[in-house]
Amino acid sequence: MIPVKFDYLAPTSVEEALSALGEHGDDAKILAGGQSLLPVLRMRLNAPEVVIDLGGIASLRGIRDDGDAIVIGAMTTHHDVRDHALVKEHALLISKAAAEVADSQIRHRGTFGGALAHADPAGDLGAPALALGAQFVIAGPGGTRTVEASDFFVDLFETAIGEDEILTEVRVPKHTGWGAHYEKFVRVAHQWPIVAVAATVKGSIDEARVGLTNMGSTPLRATATEQALAGASATEDGVRAAAELAAEGTNPPSDLNGAADYRQHLARVLTGRAVLKAAGA
Amino acid sequence: MTKIELTVDGAAVSDDVEPRMLLVQYLREKLGKTGTVIGCDTSNCGACTVHLDGTSVKSCNVLAVQANGRTVTTIEGLADTAEGDLHPVQEAFRECHGLQCGFCTPGMIMQAVDLLGENPHPTEEEVRLGMEGNLCRCTGYHNIVQSVLHAAGQTEGATA
Ligand SMILES: Cc1cc2nc3c(=O)[nH]c(=O)nc-3n(C[C@H](O)[C@H](O)[C@H](O)COP(=O)(O)OP(=O)(O)OC[C@H]3O[C@@H](n4cnc5c(N)ncnc54)[C@H](O)[C@@H]3O)c2cc1C
Ligand code: FES
Ligand code: FES
Repeated sequence: MIPVKFDYLAPTSVEEALSALGEHGDDAKILAGGQSLLPVLRMRLNAPEVVIDLGGIASLRGIRDDGDAIVIGAMTTHHDVRDHALVKEHALLISKAAAEVADSQIRHRGTFGGALAHADPAGDLGAPALALGAQFVIAGPGGTRTVEASDFFVDLFETAIGEDEILTEVRVPKHTGWGAHYEKFVRVAHQWPIVAVAATVKGSIDEARVGLTNMGSTPLRATATEQALAGASATEDGVRAAAELAAEGTNPPSDLNGAADYRQHLARVLTGRAVLKAAGA
Repeated sequence: MTKIELTVDGAAVSDDVEPRMLLVQYLREKLGKTGTVIGCDTSNCGACTVHLDGTSVKSCNVLAVQANGRTVTTIEGLADTAEGDLHPVQEAFRECHGLQCGFCTPGMIMQAVDLLGENPHPTEEEVRLGMEGNLCRCTGYHNIVQSVLHAAGQTEGATA
């Protein structure tokens, strides 16, 4: 199907994009890679009057080193995030998860910022961003503010980004040398996970961060598991007790792909696998 | 209407298009390049795969205006050699019988070319993963994978 008619704006700076957003308000929609928005427009689930394409804003693309963090521009594609040397060195978990998003063609277009702004609870990048304690840099009419990952994800498809704001970049604190694995459970290729677990560990095992995908309306951290993993040995017996805690405090959906209790079972099993693989065991 | 100027299969083109026009529609309906086909409504099947600035994209999930100033290659422009010649990946699909009804084939070939550009000597598993965004309704995956491996010059040793 073809989208409903809209006007198209292609700003070349964040300022221009913000003033277009300010002018058109709720009638406007930001277009990043389009890999979630265009299907929505084509199915006519949404019909904005104005589409503001961020594709022409060069400053939003790319990845840089910023001392104790790496900074990923919102318009950097999943493909580029996956392969970037800085990401592999300092935030391997994000590279591993980006590799699991959709398929090759969609990774060439879809962007890191677009996926996070979309905030699909089944999206693959929220849990790793949360687990690594990412900070979201959001530009608006009054300037720029930074939001912690724990405050960024508000609900299903809802984030801290206001209607007159744009996500410009994401700062990911360096986890240099941490092992990482993204364990994604899917029924068919190139689709969203039924449940997925993002795990990254220091040593084997001094410290661990574990994020859960599709275990609630937002990405979640398995904090009980993280605490139990500190000082655990990277063996099947060593992680079992910690992985058993992974579903604590989760509230997963029940749908055609699985009931909530089945998802909780998956979260425990996949956490065990993800942690062991992250620790290289 | 928005004016776009781009290069398609080696030729400069320019047109006024509605912003809502999809790249695949533009290629098929404005340029008559019906070699690129539409197989689904959900951006799942990959039949519409073309190259945008050298990397594979699903042209049903890109607006024509997003291709402004850029270069598009479709299945019709893949073989840039003399008339009648085929691109090595096209040749391999013919050689290995990599198609049944042929509907998925343009997309399969465009994705295979992208895959081999990034990884010239893939394993069978890497081929299967790299082609995961392309569906074959005839389920002819075995020979499709063989075709890609053949194009990479490494059918020998591939499992049946
Ligand atoms: C067939 C298919 C399979 C897929 N499989 C997966 C999968 O397995 N896992 C997965 O995680 N995703 C999957 N996706 C979605 C994909 O990851 C999208 O790329 C991503 O969700 C959106 O990124 P985008 O850049 O394309 O954003 P768009 O589609 O352009 O935008 C998405 C939303 O975010 C808003 N937005 C975008 N950028 C900004 C910004 N900088 N500031 C403020 N708002 C912004 C837009 O207004 C829109 O509402 C799939 C998509 C398809 C079509
Ligand atoms: S027609 Fe584009 S993916 Fe199916
Ligand atoms: S050959 Fe028929 S769809 Fe693939």
